[in-house]
Amino acid sequence: MNPQPKTMFEKVWAQHEVVPETPDTPAVLYIDLHLIHEVTSPQAFAVLRERGLRVRRTDLTLATMDHSTPTRTEQVFGGAPITIESAAKQIRELERNCAEFGVELLGLQHASRGIVHVIGPELGVTQPGKTVVCGDSHTSTHGAFGALAFGIGSTEVGHVFATQCLLQRKPRTLAVNVSGRLRPGVTAKDLILGIIGKLGVAGGTGHVIEYRGEAIRALDMDERMTICNMSIEAGARAGMVAPDDTTYAYLKGTPRAPKGEAWEAAVERWRQLPTDDGARFDREIDLDASTLEPMITYGTNPGMVIPISGSVPAPNGDPAFAKSLAYMGFDAGTPLRDKPVNVVFIGSCTNSRLSDLRSAARVLRGRKIASGVKMLVVPGSQQVKRAAEAEGLHQIFLDAGAEWRESGCSMCLGMNGDLVPPGQYSVSTSNRNFEGRQGTGARTLLASPLTAAASAVRGRVTDPRELLA
Amino acid sequence: MEPIKTIRSRTVVLPLENIDTDQIIPARFLRSTTREGFGRNLFADWRYDASGAPKPDFVLNQPEARGCTILVAGRNFGCGSSREHAPWALTDYGFRAVVSTEFADIFRNNALKNGLVPVLVDEPTSRWLIEHPGAEITIDLETTSLALPEGQRVSFPLEPFARYCLMNGVDELGFLLSKSADIDAYERRRAAV
Ligand code: SF4
Repeated sequence: MNPQPKTMFEKVWAQHEVVPETPDTPAVLYIDLHLIHEVTSPQAFAVLRERGLRVRRTDLTLATMDHSTPTRTEQVFGGAPITIESAAKQIRELERNCAEFGVELLGLQHASRGIVHVIGPELGVTQPGKTVVCGDSHTSTHGAFGALAFGIGSTEVGHVFATQCLLQRKPRTLAVNVSGRLRPGVTAKDLILGIIGKLGVAGGTGHVIEYRGEAIRALDMDERMTICNMSIEAGARAGMVAPDDTTYAYLKGTPRAPKGEAWEAAVERWRQLPTDDGARFDREIDLDASTLEPMITYGTNPGMVIPISGSVPAPNGDPAFAKSLAYMGFDAGTPLRDKPVNVVFIGSCTNSRLSDLRSAARVLRGRKIASGVKMLVVPGSQQVKRAAEAEGLHQIFLDAGAEWRESGCSMCLGMNGDLVPPGQYSVSTSNRNFEGRQGTGARTLLASPLTAAASAVRGRVTDPRELLA
Repeated sequence: MEPIKTIRSRTVVLPLENIDTDQIIPARFLRSTTREGFGRNLFADWRYDASGAPKPDFVLNQPEARGCTILVAGRNFGCGSSREHAPWALTDYGFRAVVSTEFADIFRNNALKNGLVPVLVDEPTSRWLIEHPGAEITIDLETTSLALPEGQRVSFPLEPFARYCLMNGVDELGFLLSKSADIDAYERRRAAV
C-alpha cells in the first residue's frame, strides 16, 4: 500500500525541494513564510541595497518589532522617548526598510504586534506543512503546527529576501516519544526542561525533533509551542508536532488562515502530513511524562536542570561546570528550594501566551508577591494583552504587586533595558539561563509560570504545588 | 569575500564547553545595524570588568594572544542564539578559524558565510590542542586537514559546497540567484496545485 513510509519532516522537506541536494551542493529549499524583526534584518536589507535586489515575495514576508522595543506603555503609546538611542534607531530603520522594500510591518503601535513567534500562530500565518524561517533561533516554536520552522542568520535572511530560498543540507530525524500524562502542577515547560536534561544541550545537533506520544497529543497548542520553542536548547534547529484536531481547532478562524472551501482543502492536505506508520527516525528517545516533577535550572545552560525537590549535582571535573556554579553562587549538593529570589519574569516566546498568564494568575490570585521581589509580567503580543485584560488577569498581577507591561521580548534578553541587576537571582519563564542573558551578572533560574509565580509569592524558590490547593 | 586556502597561526585556547553566542557577543551590543565593529566587544563580559578595563587573567588579554587567528574551544561552540553577530565579532577581532569537537548548527552555517572556518576535530586532537595553548598549527582547506606542530595531520569534515565557496571567495547568494529559473518553475508548479 504505502511502499515507503515517511516521517512528517521528510514529507515537508520533499514538498519544498526546488533543487534536491547532491554530494557537491546542498538542496535549494523553498520558504513559505519569512518572519523578520528589527535586530537581525538590517544587515540583510543592506545587502539588497548594495546589490540592487528586491524582496522576491513580499506577500510571504512579515515584519514585526519585539527584541529592542520598550514595554512601558508611555513609551509605546504615550510618545515618551525611547531612552536607548540605538534601540530607537533599530526601530526606525525597520520602519524605513519595510517601507522601501514593500514588506508588511506590524509596527510599534499596531494592534497585532508582539513577539515574532507569538504572532505568527495567532494570525494564522503559521500553518501545518509550511517552511517557516526567521533570523531567530526560537523559530522552532512554529513547528508545533507541523511546520518545518528554523532559525537562520542574517546572511540567510538576505538569501530568503532575494530568492525566497535557502541552501540547506538535509538534517537527520530524532523522535522524542513521550508516554504517560503530566501530573497536576507539572507543565509543558517542565516537560521540555526534562527532555533537554535528558538529551543535553547538544543532543539534538544536526537533527529535527518530532515530539510524539500520548503526552504530546494531550497538550493544547500553547503547550506544544512551549515544547517546540526550546528544541534549539537541545541543539536541534527544529522541533515538530504532527497536526491534529487540536491544531485545526486553534487555526480555524484565525485572521489569516484559509477560509471556506480553501479551509476544507487545506485540512485535507494537512491530514496527510503526520509520520506514516513504520517510518524510521535516525534516532529515538523515550520519556514517561508521569515521572516528572516541576523542573528548574541551577546552572548557565538549559541542560543544567533538576526536579525542584532536587539538589545541585556534584562537580564532574568539567571546568565549565565549576565556572557555572561559581557564576550562580550555588554549591554542589545543596537544594535549590528556598533559595532567595530577587526578580521574577513571566514572559518570552516560551511562556507568554494567554494560558501561561492564566497559569501564573492561578497562583497569584488573592496573594501578594514577597516584599523586595520585583516581578514583571510581559504578554507575548498585544492580542494576548487584550485577552488577558478582558478576563481581568492584569488586575490579579497588579494587585499582587507585579508590573504589567506592553508586549515584547523584554527581560528574556534585556535588549530594551528591562534588565536583572548584577548578582541578583531571577526565576524566569524564558528559555535561556546563559551568563549575562538577562543582564550582566544576572543569575537566571528557568522554570514554568506556575513555579515562577509561586517563587514570587514566597520570595524563595518554591514548588508551586504547595500553593495550588 | 577573500578566498581562503590555508590558515597558519598559534592558537588561543578557551577550553570551556557550550560557549554560547551570548558570551561571544552579549545582546546589548546587537543594537547596531551594520556588520562592522563587533570585535571590540567579543567575549565582552569575560574580557572586561564592570569599569570596562581588561581583565588580566582572560586569555585574549594576555600578550601571547596577540595576532593569533585560530581559536580552540570546548565542545558545542556557538550554541544558543542565531545571531550572526557572533561570527562577525570573531572575524572582526581577527579570528579565521575555530577548532572544536562540536559546533552548534546555526553558528556553523553563519561562520561559513563569513570566512570563519569551523574545524571539527576528534576528542584526542582537541585534548592535545587544549593542553598545548599557543601551538603553531596549519589549517589547509585543499586537503581539509589540520597540521600539528610536529607535522602530524588530522583531517576534518567540511561540506563540499561550503569548502568551494571558502576557497574561491564565492558567496552563496550568487549561486542561489543563478537558480532563478528553477525557483520560477517551482512557484508555478505550487500555484497550480
Ligand atoms: S522572547 Fe527571548 S527567546 Fe523569544 S524571540 Fe524574544 S529574545 Fe528571542
